[in-house]
Amino acid sequence: MTTTPTTPTLTLPAAHGSCPFDPPPAYDRAARQGSVTPAELLDGEFCWLVTGHQEVRTVLSDPRFSADARHPGFPFLTPGRRALAVNNPSFIRMDDPEHARLRRMVTKDFLVHKVDAMRPGIQRIVDGAIDRMTAAGTTADLVTDFALPVPSLVICLLLGVPYQDHELFQAQSRTLLDNRATQSAVEAAQRGLTGYLTELAEEKRKHPGDDMLSRLAAREDVSPAEIAATGLLLLVAGHETTANMTALSTVALLRRPEQVARLRADPGLVRGAVEELLRYLTIVQSGLPRVALKDVELGGTLVRAGQGVLAMLSTANRDEELFGTADELEVSRDARRHLAFGFGVHQCLGQPLARAELQIALETLLRRLPGLRITVPEEELVFRGHSVVYGVDSLPVAW
Amino acid sequence: MQVILDQDRCCSSGQCVLTAPEVFGQSDEDGLVMLRRSDPEPGLYADVRLAAALCPGGAITVGEATGTP
Repeated sequence: MTTTPTTPTLTLPAAHGSCPFDPPPAYDRAARQGSVTPAELLDGEFCWLVTGHQEVRTVLSDPRFSADARHPGFPFLTPGRRALAVNNPSFIRMDDPEHARLRRMVTKDFLVHKVDAMRPGIQRIVDGAIDRMTAAGTTADLVTDFALPVPSLVICLLLGVPYQDHELFQAQSRTLLDNRATQSAVEAAQRGLTGYLTELAEEKRKHPGDDMLSRLAAREDVSPAEIAATGLLLLVAGHETTANMTALSTVALLRRPEQVARLRADPGLVRGAVEELLRYLTIVQSGLPRVALKDVELGGTLVRAGQGVLAMLSTANRDEELFGTADELEVSRDARRHLAFGFGVHQCLGQPLARAELQIALETLLRRLPGLRITVPEEELVFRGHSVVYGVDSLPVAW
Repeated sequence: MQVILDQDRCCSSGQCVLTAPEVFGQSDEDGLVMLRRSDPEPGLYADVRLAAALCPGGAITVGEATGTP
């Protein structure tokens, strides 16, 4: 067999290695071969793995790369992801101007000063969760008792989704993000959530509240299907990402007691620490898919029109030149050039909210539970290598 | 230093406000970036350049006016 530079040596998605906080070793090996390397998807399709920081920025910000999955050659990690991207896609699977029209309907709720005004409410939700944990005893599952309910409550309030329905939307969200889920399971979860949100929006049209779904439902220029797709995106992205970041950050921090001590001594470090945790953990580990619409020279490689690319945020965030000792967690590092929220016009819309939630959750957790510790050996923790959003399934703690 | 905005490219990520809050704001009207001052003092230059580099939509251009150190 002859090997050409475009022969894939890697099948995606790849498995994690011995360090649960590092990107899968196969991505790291690819990154050491070059910033753009050939890979093969599970369905046998070819795609380029883009691992360098600058090249990832280019793929995500250059309009020659499309986020619209209807273009031939668009890369899909699994049949489930294909179904999600093709059946009633949200604006993350559209290009401008379609994308901007829909995104701009919801940007106003995530402005920095709007999110700052939500901080006292987020603090009350965080304190309430810790109050319940300490009232119940001295042990808890930090995922189900803290990391998951806090952002779920916040996004429910913002969207106008009743929190009592959390078991339904949390279970369906997990299925949507699970790379092991069959296409029919993913489609059923999407149908379930879409139906739920369509009914809720219809109810809000008749009886509006002070929430995002009510404001969307009151507009004349957006269809029920578009409202459901936007609502689904915000609901899923709004709780799964922050929940997994909160739990995983706690695991990563507690292995570094000297850094925890510094954070407890100087809460002013928390803002920077959250940026560093976003960089180090980069929980969206499976890569952001795009397809080239034209021939593009990228990091010395010619990407042909119609070829798929996956922008790997996790390896970009381990760029040694940019960050130095990039494989280490260092809470006082200036990590602001990280790409954990993506880049380009699709960069995370909820990032001011995610930052506020993480800053408040982690600062409060460390302050109010000075004896916080994990009660099982790290090798017993079940990491979510199979999910689009990396995290831990449960996190037994005591204080 | 002169700061120029292209609001058409703004995607309201808020990176500029977090990086250089003295110079950038976000409009309640349309959620888009606003300039609080177009000619910031030299002490803010590093933050403004970082805000331009971090802007995901490429909406911020920094021009070096004559006499800029």
